[in-house]
Amino acid sequence: MNPKDELGRAGEQVAAEYLERAGLRVLDRNWRSATGEIDIVAVERQVLVVCEVKTRSGTGFGTPLEAITRNKRARLRRLAAQWLVAHGVLFDEIRIDVIGLVRDKAGDFQIEHVRGVG
Amino acid sequence: MPVARTHSIALVGVEGYPVEIESDIANGLPCLLLVGLPDTALREARDRIRAAIINSHEQWPQRRITVGLSPASLPKRGSGFDLGITLSILAAAGAVPPAAIDGVVFLGELGLDGRVRPVRGVLPAMAAAGCAGFGKAVVAQPNAEEAALVPGLRVAGAATLAGLLAWLRGELEAEDAGVVCVPDGNQSPDRPAMPGGAPPRAGREGGGSPATAGKSGPPGAVSAGPPGAVRAGPLGAVSARPPRPRPDLSEVLGQPTARRAAEICAAGGHHLSLLGPPGAGKTMLAERLPTVMPALDQVAALEVTSIHSVAGALPAGSPLMTEPPFCAPHHTATKAAIVGGGSGILHPGAASLAHRGCLFLDEAPEFARDVLDALRQPLESGEVVLARSGLTARFPARFTLVLAANPCPCAKGSAVRAACTCSPAARRRYLARLSGPLLDRVDVKVELLPVGRAELLSDRRFAEPSPVVAARVTAARERTAARLKDTPWRLNAEIPGSELRQAFRPSPSALAPLERAMDRGQISARGVDRVIRVAWTLADIAGIGRPTASETSYALGLWLGVGL
Repeated sequence: MNPKDELGRAGEQVAAEYLERAGLRVLDRNWRSATGEIDIVAVERQVLVVCEVKTRSGTGFGTPLEAITRNKRARLRRLAAQWLVAHGVLFDEIRIDVIGLVRDKAGDFQIEHVRGVG
Repeated sequence: MPVARTHSIALVGVEGYPVEIESDIANGLPCLLLVGLPDTALREARDRIRAAIINSHEQWPQRRITVGLSPASLPKRGSGFDLGITLSILAAAGAVPPAAIDGVVFLGELGLDGRVRPVRGVLPAMAAAGCAGFGKAVVAQPNAEEAALVPGLRVAGAATLAGLLAWLRGELEAEDAGVVCVPDGNQSPDRPAMPGGAPPRAGREGGGSPATAGKSGPPGAVSAGPPGAVRAGPLGAVSARPPRPRPDLSEVLGQPTARRAAEICAAGGHHLSLLGPPGAGKTMLAERLPTVMPALDQVAALEVTSIHSVAGALPAGSPLMTEPPFCAPHHTATKAAIVGGGSGILHPGAASLAHRGCLFLDEAPEFARDVLDALRQPLESGEVVLARSGLTARFPARFTLVLAANPCPCAKGSAVRAACTCSPAARRRYLARLSGPLLDRVDVKVELLPVGRAELLSDRRFAEPSPVVAARVTAARERTAARLKDTPWRLNAEIPGSELRQAFRPSPSALAPLERAMDRGQISARGVDRVIRVAWTLADIAGIGRPTASETSYALGLWLGVGL
């Protein structure tokens, strides 16, 4: 595995644990369809949360949150719909969150959680 | 939720409107939204501002930033809002103390490296800021002197964003931060306040009427020049520079009639047409007309400077224009170049750049006919009104028009040496390009004859230098001003017809020559009004109280002209 993929995998693990701690129930991870991948699918009360995790080892090329462009948000919305169809479930409310992680020198992650971006 | 507020000025023509810039930093993905009718240059501010803030070693807020420019319905153009937007974002992020930006107007463009760059139209914008009650302004350093012309405004000229921020936070003194503070003390104490909301229109709106505004400053402030014309008094730097060698009226040898006509036009603000063969001195004379006009008074100087500031045509190093401008557009000029125009930012045209000065149309028949006819409105009303879908801009355009024309296409024709090869029809067609309604508005028409050697030599003794003529013009204008003391006008050419027929009616004996000319069909009713105005100017030059039959007859002769 490439170092960058390892970083991403580690970041997703940290993000999932963070969400569990925050009281969300993680339903699915790394769900793939023909058009892309959802990093984490979780439920917070009655709301389906589709969560994109972006991890970086520094901010030299911008913060992780800056990397979430308009296109990426549109894709996440489509993927959320696809996930619902694939699992045959319905939710009244769907939310798209972004978790940005930056790994510092000590190997710890700084977590930034933005709710409802799309 | 942090919201911060700064202020800037939006310009429409030469009128400024205060704009409030609000920044809101909310949770969300990092982005910068700019709302409130920005144009392309202003929309690009997003990229300039971000680069400037980061390159000034400031923290760019990694959140969702919304910048609103209000009033939202007013179209906002150009890059001058950069500074205000940046400061409001940084204040919303808590990087600038709110007290430091309270009641301050910001106007300047930002470079990507954080430099503060000058913008056009600083003087009219700052005048609007002063009228709106702002006491402090921050502009780019090269604009500081221009901005400081507005009385009652404390101006700081910033060189870089980093320096400006350090100064606003109180970390550095102004000098160390590269901020030039131009205190209000720079102004002479009884400098007239900019009257009305828009300085250039103030002249006709009462309030600070020209009669009061033209009063001279303190004895020390007025250097050379006549009383009533402040020659850059408070700006020592300007008057200290050695004056440029100026052309002189005495160089127009052999044309005493034309020189006299120039004097009359300068004294009364009348329009002039010069007809004559090449080399007779038409262009020479026109170029020397501004040298016999008195220097601009304070109000006029601010108007003229405002227009040139908007056009980006201010001469370097002298923030206040005190000399009457001279504008000579080429005959290929378009309508937009002459009266002003443009689809986005409205630009003043040559007619406005010649405001309070001289607009010279050399080879007038070569101008496109619609271009010449577009001048009829400013000739009548003294301003150009440009209407666009979103806004209407007014540019003052009270100029002295000087038309120069050859008598015919081959230009050899003249009364003296008839070598003209043009057919009579061609001659008529050539001059018919100057439309009747336009010529009807030209008060003084002079035909210049080719000058022989004998005339050149003999006229040497009689040609007066510009300062001598200018002194007479100034004296005449003072007499005019004294007579028009309680009116909004300052020149004879500005008196409306109705007023002319009531308050300034010449005696019946003086009107007799005009009545006869009217009976003969030589002159229209409007022509009579114009002749009376010139007659008043002649009376003012001569220093007599009212025009007599001699003045009206002379004015009639000038109005009828020869050949046209």
